[in-house]
Amino acid sequence: MSPAAQQPILETRGLGVDFGGLKALDGLDLAVYPGEIVSVIGPNGAGKTTLFNAITATVAASEGDILFEGESLIGLDPNRVTSRGIARTFQNVRLFANMTVLENVMVSQHCRTRQSVFGALLFTKAFRNEEAEITERGKEVLSFFGSRLTGYRFDQPAYTLSYANRRRLEIARAMATQPKLILLDEPVAGMNPTESAELTGLIGRLRDEWGFAIVVIEHDMEVVREVSDRVVVLDHGVKIAEGDYADVSADPQVIEAYLGRGASV
Amino acid sequence: MSLTTPSEPGPPPAPEAGPSAGGAANGPSNDAPPRPPFAQDWRRIARMGAIGAIGQIFISLSNMPVKLDGRAIIEGVLSLGYLSLVVLPLAAGSRVGHQLRREGVPFHRPGAHEVIGGAACGALVGGGLSLLAILIANFDLREPLVNWSPILADLLAFNRGTAFAVLIWLAIGAAVGAAGGLLRVVPPAARRVLSTMVLTLFGAAVLESLTTDLAEGMGIEGLIEWFYAPRGGLTITGAIALAAGSGVLAFVARGRVKGAKARIDALEGPARNRAHLGLIMATAAVLVILPMFAGKLTNELLANVGLFVLLALGLNIVVGLAGILDLGYVAFFAVGSYSAAVLTAATSPKIHPELPWFVALIGVVVLTGLVGLFIGAPVIRMRGDYLAIVTLGFGEIIRLLFLSDWLSGWFGGSQGITNIPGAEIFGLAEVAGTDPRSVFYLVLAFCAIAIYVSWRLERSRIGRAWMAVREDETVAEAMGINTVNVKLLAFVVGAVLGSFSGAIFSAKVGSVFPASFLILVSIVILVVVIFGGMGNIVGVIAGSAVLIGVLGGPKQPGLLAEFSEFKLLIYGALLVWMMLARPEGLIPSVRRTRELHQEELAQDAWLRGQTEDEQDEGQP
Ligand SMILES: Nc1ncnc2c1ncn2[C@@H]1O[C@H](COP(=O)(O)OP(=O)(O)OP(=O)(O)O)[C@@H](O)[C@H]1O
Ligand SMILES: [Mg+2]
Repeated sequence: MSPAAQQPILETRGLGVDFGGLKALDGLDLAVYPGEIVSVIGPNGAGKTTLFNAITATVAASEGDILFEGESLIGLDPNRVTSRGIARTFQNVRLFANMTVLENVMVSQHCRTRQSVFGALLFTKAFRNEEAEITERGKEVLSFFGSRLTGYRFDQPAYTLSYANRRRLEIARAMATQPKLILLDEPVAGMNPTESAELTGLIGRLRDEWGFAIVVIEHDMEVVREVSDRVVVLDHGVKIAEGDYADVSADPQVIEAYLGRGASV
Repeated sequence: MSLTTPSEPGPPPAPEAGPSAGGAANGPSNDAPPRPPFAQDWRRIARMGAIGAIGQIFISLSNMPVKLDGRAIIEGVLSLGYLSLVVLPLAAGSRVGHQLRREGVPFHRPGAHEVIGGAACGALVGGGLSLLAILIANFDLREPLVNWSPILADLLAFNRGTAFAVLIWLAIGAAVGAAGGLLRVVPPAARRVLSTMVLTLFGAAVLESLTTDLAEGMGIEGLIEWFYAPRGGLTITGAIALAAGSGVLAFVARGRVKGAKARIDALEGPARNRAHLGLIMATAAVLVILPMFAGKLTNELLANVGLFVLLALGLNIVVGLAGILDLGYVAFFAVGSYSAAVLTAATSPKIHPELPWFVALIGVVVLTGLVGLFIGAPVIRMRGDYLAIVTLGFGEIIRLLFLSDWLSGWFGGSQGITNIPGAEIFGLAEVAGTDPRSVFYLVLAFCAIAIYVSWRLERSRIGRAWMAVREDETVAEAMGINTVNVKLLAFVVGAVLGSFSGAIFSAKVGSVFPASFLILVSIVILVVVIFGGMGNIVGVIAGSAVLIGVLGGPKQPGLLAEFSEFKLLIYGALLVWMMLARPEGLIPSVRRTRELHQEELAQDAWLRGQTEDEQDEGQP
């Protein structure tokens, strides 16, 4: 696959986000191609999460444009962005804690379903079919993580899950929205090495088997090296390097950003 | 592998989970020694006693004892008034005997220590009344305190002078407090039997008018005359018989009820559905058959309760499911009533199409839905407190509009609309206030509709979206839910259910006035929902039955008509107590319980040493 030949699935042009004077993002140009896994790295406060927030319309972009499949996302509500085909996870896991595991992945298919109040009240065939479909797809998505989120776990409230399982469920919930692009915000944070190695494999499978394009924010360099086709480095809201892992990790500017001024000498 | 007993989501948190469970006396190990009787935590007793004494003086000065003295519970032995004077010593005494039991900490065996502590605390509370008796005898504070009266003094002294009052209340307080402490000493099984007996006696006395009415309908007045004294209250023989009967029953049934419930909960799939269907059918049958034997009074009461069940079910969708704190819900009740009145009454000032009630209902639904949209659209974008305050405002605005001169050409201003005809049911029956039984059946039918609507919607994509919005609005939005639309829908569905209640209300009462739609109505409905158990249909119904049925609604008398003056006081006290002791409500939804006890559950799991990660590691 030669990404450069295709139209990018996601593109930001001169994207800027301003928090009352603090430029969390500044003139960011970024392109993600279909079937690609792009890692976004950078020191704390570099603006990585803000990039995700801007793409999903959780914060408003103050300048520049965001294009998804060639169409601008600027001015859309977050739910419209999701129904266009972008799903995300949150850095600080935010599940619907008191809903069951299965309900979590059912509710996130909301924008893919159409049944109204009347369907539910009259218990129509269309309604029942749709419910069965949602349930089916929910279970399918959950079984992507092996037996961890299946079986009796279907009916357990999400807050009873272990930390690692909550992270997995967040990814499942994003998958259930039937996206084309998934944004993962530090998916292995807080996991032990075994768990994180396993999830790294799963991220690859997400692309290979489910066909998602993936942008992943990650601090764990092991994971970054393993999964990414391309690495983008942010610092103070500006892109300071881009390329494959080997190039980027050797870039003096990147080393400086991570280790502080003077360290690169 | 299954260490966490996955079938456990049903029951509320394990009883030892926290102070709210109150199961402190459960099986302390028998080898633990009892504490020395006089090694008391005197400061705690003094504090508890002082709080109780202040509360008791407050109750006395609210005039509750005097007002309620007329209502006998057991003839010649105990009136509701005197009961209101011994509740606090009992509670305080029992509270002092209550020890928090902590995991792993050695626990002493309850014994004389609890009884003496309870007695001391109860005596302090009773001492509050002794003090009050002295003060009333020596000072005249009638000016600021209207109930500072010789009547109260006489009541306190049993008509025998101040000295007697001082001594008797110390004694009564100590005795009742000791009884409270004793509750902590007896084994849980005995406590359950005792509390069943007490509750049966109290219930029988409270429900007197209801049972009498039913007995007359069934032609067994003779039995009733034996139980109840002519001037109200249980007869002594009746009380003893009831206490003995219920005690035996409780002893025989111990554990059975819980066992049956557990068995039903453990059922799965079709068997479970069948069990539930059976229960629902049985309840429905009782509700349909009962009114046939009941007189006007009972049916009137049932109809009032039903109207509030309907309102509470509607508000439950808005508050309980979607998490929108709507304090102006009465607006939809008002719009429903007024639109029904305008569409059916010949006396309606401006237009009077005089539609049959059922046809008018279509107009009512459409109009209320529109008003719901109109109010909801600007309000729904706000969150939390702001939304609550704005809805409160809208509730008042709607009432003031009906009251205003501007619209008096339409709605008659403060005169309201009168002579509203009853509801004609397809020519079969005429439902009007003069025939409360038919009103009740109509209300019952609409309650069934409301229950069905709540039940179906909760299990649909819309219900799940409501829950997601309640859990975390930002995330719900990011997961593709149009939160504005979804919340607006909850608002409108709630509004329509409320309007049914309004339409029946206007046909029942035959007139509508702005004064029927005070903020108080909103508050009462909200209290019913919270008290019963937010988000739970059964809880909401139970809440209405207890609060509206027993204490009475904003304007409707309940079984304890004597309480009407103190209704709000008792509502408030119940609400505060509920929030402290059982925040999930009378009959909680499983979900809410979990939500409120998350930390405790997590702690339990931790204490049991079965964190989930351990299991995960065991898996391939
Ligand atoms: N809602 C907000 N309001 C004001 N400032 C914000 C807001 N969100 C983020 N910021 C600021 O923007 C900058 C970038 O934050 P961001 O969360 O994007 O960093 P990050 O790269 O994700 O860091 P980390 O690795 O710690 O997650 C930080 O200085 C942060 O304080
Ligand atoms: Mg971040």
